This record gives sequence, structure tokens and C-alpha cells, in this order.
Amino acid sequence: MKLRLIPVAALLAAALAFPAAAQKKYDPGASDSEIKIGNTNPYSGPASAYGTIGKSIAAYFRMLNEQGGINGRKINFVSYDDSYSPPKTVEMTRKLVEQDQVLFMFQPLGTPSNTAIHKYMNLKKVPQLFVATGATKWNDPKGFPWTMGWQPNYQDEGKIYARHILETKPNAKIAVLYQNDDYGKDYLKGFKDGLGAKNAKMIVAEASYEVSEPTVDSQIVQLKASGADVLFNIATPKFAAQAIRKVYDLGWKPVHYVNNVSASIGSVLTPAGLDKSVGVITTSYLKDVLDPEWANDPGVNKFKEFMKKYYPDGNVVDSSNIFGYTVARTMEQVLRQCGDNLTRANVMKQAASIKNLKLDTLIPGIEINTGPQDYAPIQAVQLQRFNGQRYERFGKVLSSEH
Amino acid sequence: MTRKNLVLLLVLLAVACVLPFLVTDYRTFQFTLVLIYAIALLGLNILTGYNGQISLGHGAFYAIGAYAAAILMDKFGVPYWLTIPAAGAVCLVAGFLFGLPALRLEGLYLALATFALGVTVPQLLKYHHVEQWTGGVQGIVIAKPEAPFGLPLSADQWLYYFTLAITVVMFLFGWNLLRGRVGRALVAIRDHHIAAEAMGINNALYKSLAFGVSAMYTGIAGALGAIAVQFVAPDSFNVFLSIVFLVGIVVGGLASISGAIYGALFIQFIPNFADEISKAAPWAIFGVLMIGFVYLMPTGVAGAIRMLRARWAARQTVSMKVKLKEETP
Amino acid sequence: MEALLHQVLAGLATGGIYASLALALVMIYQATHLVNFAQGEMAMFCTYIAWSLVNAGVPYWGAFFLTVGIAFVLGVAIERIIIRPVQNGPVLGIVVVFIGLLVILYSIAGWIYTYTIKTFPSPFPSEALFGIRYMSPHQVGAIGVTLVVLVLLYAFFRFTPLGLAMRAAAQNPVSARLVGIRVGWMLALGWGLASAIGAIAGMMVAPIVYLDPGMMGGVLLYAFAAALLGGIENPWGAVAGGFIVGVAENVLGAFVIGNELKLAVALVLIIGVLLVKPSGIFGRVHVVRV
Repeated sequence: MKLRLIPVAALLAAALAFPAAAQKKYDPGASDSEIKIGNTNPYSGPASAYGTIGKSIAAYFRMLNEQGGINGRKINFVSYDDSYSPPKTVEMTRKLVEQDQVLFMFQPLGTPSNTAIHKYMNLKKVPQLFVATGATKWNDPKGFPWTMGWQPNYQDEGKIYARHILETKPNAKIAVLYQNDDYGKDYLKGFKDGLGAKNAKMIVAEASYEVSEPTVDSQIVQLKASGADVLFNIATPKFAAQAIRKVYDLGWKPVHYVNNVSASIGSVLTPAGLDKSVGVITTSYLKDVLDPEWANDPGVNKFKEFMKKYYPDGNVVDSSNIFGYTVARTMEQVLRQCGDNLTRANVMKQAASIKNLKLDTLIPGIEINTGPQDYAPIQAVQLQRFNGQRYERFGKVLSSEH
Repeated sequence: MTRKNLVLLLVLLAVACVLPFLVTDYRTFQFTLVLIYAIALLGLNILTGYNGQISLGHGAFYAIGAYAAAILMDKFGVPYWLTIPAAGAVCLVAGFLFGLPALRLEGLYLALATFALGVTVPQLLKYHHVEQWTGGVQGIVIAKPEAPFGLPLSADQWLYYFTLAITVVMFLFGWNLLRGRVGRALVAIRDHHIAAEAMGINNALYKSLAFGVSAMYTGIAGALGAIAVQFVAPDSFNVFLSIVFLVGIVVGGLASISGAIYGALFIQFIPNFADEISKAAPWAIFGVLMIGFVYLMPTGVAGAIRMLRARWAARQTVSMKVKLKEETP
Repeated sequence: MEALLHQVLAGLATGGIYASLALALVMIYQATHLVNFAQGEMAMFCTYIAWSLVNAGVPYWGAFFLTVGIAFVLGVAIERIIIRPVQNGPVLGIVVVFIGLLVILYSIAGWIYTYTIKTFPSPFPSEALFGIRYMSPHQVGAIGVTLVVLVLLYAFFRFTPLGLAMRAAAQNPVSARLVGIRVGWMLALGWGLASAIGAIAGMMVAPIVYLDPGMMGGVLLYAFAAALLGGIENPWGAVAGGFIVGVAENVLGAFVIGNELKLAVALVLIIGVLLVKPSGIFGRVHVVRV
């Protein structure tokens, strides 16, 4: 009797000793052959310029699948159009979670869109990972443990510019151009918080605009008339380009900070005019494809080849595409860390255990770090100034890691 | 209403009542949205289909209803079921007030004025002086109502029945309104407003009332929509929403109550279907379908069905007559 | 005071944009008595065609006139194929068709050309003339082009037999047919001309606002306001209306109501004009016999 129990005991011991290796754990959406990931993106409607992010992510997963997938499983990336309309986002997310049975949601785009599904995802205990918005509220592990952002948040970026102004130009008179929506107001709040209450008077003029307006020329004229010598430009690419050009044409030479969303040489500075963009200051965490500094950079070259082969319709100089590529690689890392334990809880756990991840499309010095109390993967950026041909990074890599 | 139609209607109602138990919560949620759109479309149909006043800005009333419900629930703690009549009342007044100046506008000009309204609504909602009420660009998040009295229904199922009850009430009210004197007056004004005035119909009163009632319906739909989605934000009420409503009544069938339901099914499910055909151009497909319906089925789905039933009934009569003739020597 | 002057100048510059599209709207209205909701998207689409030509190596003025020609043909085609069947039907059908056209053109442009902004070349020099800083040379040039088109249009309608025939066909199709005017072709011609004017407007506007599928979306509402304000049957009025709207929007936005209500200015203008003086400032009042 006892002899026969020994092999059983041995097997039991082995199984208990190597639980991860022996067991495969799956939640809906995961299986031996595939991992189903859900996403919503604005492929139509007013924000459809950002739909290219969803397409670049899909292309990246296609490449991964051709190379064998992750741990032998293919990625099934299901992405629906929500036209940037929160009711549609709710409907499509419910479809993905309840009908298509995806393992988790990855990179849903837009602050109002993600706000609309925030409570639902946490109630259903389905990960809402690496949301494509820079709003600050996604870093709340206690309140919303199933939601995590990815990009450096807007308020932190605003604070960085404010601090830079306080250090370099403490008597500045500041003018702000901002888009009248959650993105614009979030940046403005961070900027004001960074200045602090006693320096609030430094802002001598604020002008907002709607996405439906044809130009922001009138706002720039207003801001110049205030006598400001510093301008904080919180505008999306089209309007940021108009603003940069108009500032130059008016002969106004403020210290010009441009938000990271519109820092792209290809999508913003070139249409504005490279000569008109000299001196523009912004922060960055991703490499810019047109920056001559990265002309022979292996990471950027790999990205260019990826675009040529898997997403030839996409615009290789549009910063949204290198954004999609980089966040998809972050997702890849998390899934690799999961191994065979593909439960939603473990996906979340692995997402919150990224240690010093370096990706070759991130600016050197910037790494991805997360922890159980730290749901902000990228918190480091570097200030850079445009010299007419390329960005010159200056100062240290600034991190708001706590 | 004929007995056959009444039977059909009761069967439909029975099916609607059983539906949540046959499908998933997600589908129940989708059908709740269909019911909500049906109410909104019936509202627009009263104004545009029956009364001939074109509105390209009905999204504005949907938004007013949605925000009324959201603000009442979020800032004043009003229970969700009370917000529905409140939203209706607010929109009735708003619609009537808009209808007064609209009296002087005809056809394309009214379309233009309402188009301008539809385009401006998101900006008005974001205006910083009303931000403390509307939540500005961040919008307002609403809690989902649970089934009362401990009924064994999920939140989605309960909301579906709640919406169904309201839909039935609104449709009954509309049907009664439109088949009576008011309905005839509205249609008379649409078809020949000078003759209508000559016959003693107070055009101004009826046209403004039509606007008010129409807005009330759409506002109630907006309030229900806000509760179903649990979130309101200014940019979701842009001019595309108004365009979608217009498409709904054209496809469903103008001047038809059942058209509101067909239209609602169309605008709820076709975008998903178009999305699967082409990720790049779902709206293009929508546009093609819009134009196609105007050419091929100008009376909408409701009109087409009516025509088919009439033909089928005619054929029945003919074959019966033939049979009788054969039988009698 | 200086700030006011600068806002006025900036307003005149934006007003030029509204004026050029308003001209196209007036053209369509004069020819067909219809308000074309899809005018902006048609102009945008033709500008993309011009962009493709320029990108393919065609020199600017070659591309410009080629696009105007293509736009004309496109306008005629749209009238014959899409508008003709519903023209005599209820107004609602026409409105739905216009909106459908708007939506289709917007989607197709986005699908073919993607949504990243593109630069469109300007034929005018890029350095400021005479040190005028508040209006770029292109903006001045664009206003000039608009005025040239306006004069040509006015001359066409007033002094040529064809223009007279078109006006007759729009005002009284029955009588026009009786005197031998081919009304159908007059309408098609009207659409073609409007489309061509729209294309010119688009090509003048694109260097200022950058080319993307949503380029005309914001302009359309202001162009409507401009056309109504100036008188939708009067090309001079439409251009004047454009400048008035541009200046009013800028000045009110900068000094009176704040930037957050600029769209509301267009709304109030449209409704106000329609209620108070529907024929616009420079239009003629029509009396309809009951």
C-alpha cells in the first residue's frame, strides 16, 4: 500500500512545486491556440485621425502571429469603431466583453470613451489596459484596480512646462491656447497646478477653440495682444500647426511650448513650416521618425520596415503609428510574462509588474515601470527644442515616479 | 384598427415581453436602445413626417432630455423614474419655444436653422458658465438603476421592461393623437397650409404644438438613453446624431408610427453591419443606403410593408372571388 | 484700439474663406433654388483631387485649372445622376440626398487620403508684403481671387444670354421651357458652375487651414450664415456677408462673448436673419402669390 502511494505523492509534490508550468489557466478569450483582445477606436467621425493607432496595432499583431505568436498562441485582435461617441463605446465594449468574450480590452481610445466604460470594466473585473488617453484618472489602483493608462499623463506634462518656466523665466507673462475639451482642459489644469496658486497671475491670457472651427488665427491675435512673452500651445496637430505658423507670421517671438500630442515633425512642424518652428519646446518619450538623430537608429529602422511590410497604407511619419507600435510591444511583453496563466487577474498582475522595460522606439533613458501602487507605465519624458531640422534634447530625463 | 392588426400587435408585444429571457444581457441592452430610438423617431416623425417641418437638429432635444435626467439624478438625487417626465416637460417647453420662431421658416430654411442648432449644441453644453451643472467636457456619470422590490431581474432586464412600458405608453398616446383631430390638422397643414388656415385650423398653434410634442418625445428618449448608457458628454450630441435621426425616419417610413420602429432597428444595427463590411468607410455605406432609400423606397420600410400587405390582401380577394365563381354554377 | 484693428483684419481674412464658399452656395441657389448642404464636402473633395495632381508633378496653375474643369464635370454628373430623380419630389427627400452626399464624400476622402493633415501649395509669395503682418499674402491673394470670381459671376448672370437663361430656368421653369430654354441642362450647368466655384474656394482655403477631410466642416455653417446674411440670391451680398460674419465672429469672440460661443454667433445670425429679414441685407424680397 505505502509503496504505491509514493509515486502518487511524488507526482502531487511535483505538481504543487511547479504550478505555473503544469497548469494552464484560462479566462474567457484565452485558449491553447489564441488570445482574444478587444479594442474600440474612432475609425469614423471627428476623431478619425486617431484611427490609425488601431490599425498600426492590428498590423503589429499580424506580424507577431506570422512570427509564431506569443507562447505559441495567436493574437486575435478585435477592434470596433466607436466614432468617438461614448454611447457607441459602451455598446461596442459590452459586445466585446459579453458577446465576443475577449480576455481584456486593450487601448480603447479617448477620454470620454474610457470614462463611459470605466465603472463597467471594473464591475465586470475585465482589464481595461493601456488606455489611449493621457488623462490623469487612470492611475488609481485602489479605486479602479482593473484600469491602467500607458502614456505620460497630460497634467504631469503641463507641470513640467510650468516648472521649466519658473526656473528659466520667473517673470514671464504667459498666454495659453487650448482645445475646449477634456484633453485641453486636463493639460491646462496640470499647467496651472505646476505654476502654483501664487504664480497664477503669470497667465495673462487664455483662449480656447472648438475642433469644428476652421482656424485659430483669431485666438493667436488675441493672445499676442495680451503682451505675453511665453505661449503654451495645447492644440491637436492641425491647429497646432496653424498656431505655429500664425505666431511666426505675426512677428511674435514668445517662448513657444507645444504639447506632446502635436510634437511630430511630420504631422505638425512640416506643415507649419520647419523654419517657422525653430525654438519650439516640447517633451517627448517616443523617437520621431523624421528626426535626423535617429536616421540610422536600428529601432527606428525596424519600425520603418514593419510599416512598409505590414501597414503600407499608413503614414510612417505620423507619430500615432510609432505610438501604436510601441504600446503594442508593451502589451506583447505583458502577455509573454503571463506565460500559460491567462486569467484576467494574472494579465492585470503582470501589467502591474513591468520592471525597467526598455523599448527601442522610446527615447534613451525612458523605461516602462509599473507596480501594484503604480499604474502609470511611462512617467518619464525629456524636454527638447526644435532647431529647424531636428529636436535637441536638453536637461535630464524628468520623471514623476513617486 | 382592424382585428387582424390588433392581434398582430399583441403578438408583437408578447414577443417583446419575453425577449430578455431569450437573449443575453448585451442583446437586451441593444434592444433597449432600439426602443429608445423608436421613441425619438416617433417624435421626429410627428414633426417632419406628419407636419412637414424638417428638423436637422433634433439631437439638441435628445441632449436636453439626457442632461436633464443626468443633472437631476447626479446633482439633486432625483430617482431615475421621476427624471423621465421631468425631461419630457422641459423639452415640451423648449420645443414649443423653438417652434414659435420656426413658424416663419419653411422647408429648406427651417432645415438650415435646425442644422445650425444641431451643430452648435455641443459647444453650448461645454460653456463654462454652465459647467458646474453640466460637468463640462468631463460629462456626468450616472448610476445604473437596479430592479426594485427585489425582483429577480438583472439591471439590464429591468431597464428594458421600464423602457418598454414607457415606449408602449408613448406610442399609444401618439397613435391616439395622430388618428384624431390633431393628426388630421397636422397633415392638412403639411399638405396645403393655406387651405388648412382657410378651413379654420390655427396653423401657428398646431405647428408650435407639433414642435413641442415632438421635442417632448425626443427628450424622453434622451433621458432614457442617458440612463441606459450611464454617461452623458457634450460631444456625443453633435450634428451627426441629428442626421442619424433623420435617416431613421426616412428609412423607417415618414408619417407612419410603425416606421419609427423599423427606423430604430435600422439605425441601431446597420452601423454595426457596415462596420464589418468596411472599417474604413462605415458612414459612406450609411450615406449610400440613405440615398438608396429615397430613390427606391420613398415611403420607407413601413410603406413597403403596407404595399406588400395590400397586394397580398388583393390577391386573396381575387382568388376567393375566382373560387366562388368556380363553385357556383 | 490696435487689438481691435488686428481682430478686424484677421476677421477679414477668415471672412474671405466664408465668402468664397458662400459664393458657391449662392450659385447653386440661383440656379436651382436649393440650399446645398454638401457644398463644403464637394469643395473639399475637389481640393484633394488638386492635391493629387500637384503631388503627381503637375505645376500649380495647371492643376488649378484642371481641377476646376474636373469639378465642373463632377457637378454636372451629380446633378444629372443623383439630384435629378428627387428634384421635383418633396423637400425632405432632397435634404436627405444632400446629407447623404455630404456623408459619402467625407468618408471616401478619409478612406483614400487618410486623416493626417496635408499641406496644399499657395500660388502667392510666402513673405509678408509691405510688412502687413495680420493678413498673410495668401489670405490677401485669396480674397482677390474671390473678388475676381464674384465679378465674373456677376457679369455672367447679368450680361450673357446663357446667364439670363439660367436665371429664367430657376425662377420660372415652366415659362422658361415655353420660350425654348432647356431647363434640365440649365440646372446641370448651375451645379457644374457651383462645383467649380467650390473647388476654387477649397484651393484657396486649404493653404490656410490645412487639407484634411474635415476642412470644410467648420466653414460650412459660417458660409451659410454669410450667404443668408448677404442675401442668398445675391453674389455681392454673399461676399459682403462673408466678411461681416468673419469680422463679427472674431470681434465678438475676442471682446464680448468669449471664444466658447463663436459657433453660437453663426446660429444666432442664421436664425436672426431668417426671422427678421429672410432675403438678407442685400437681397430682394419676393412676393409669392397665394
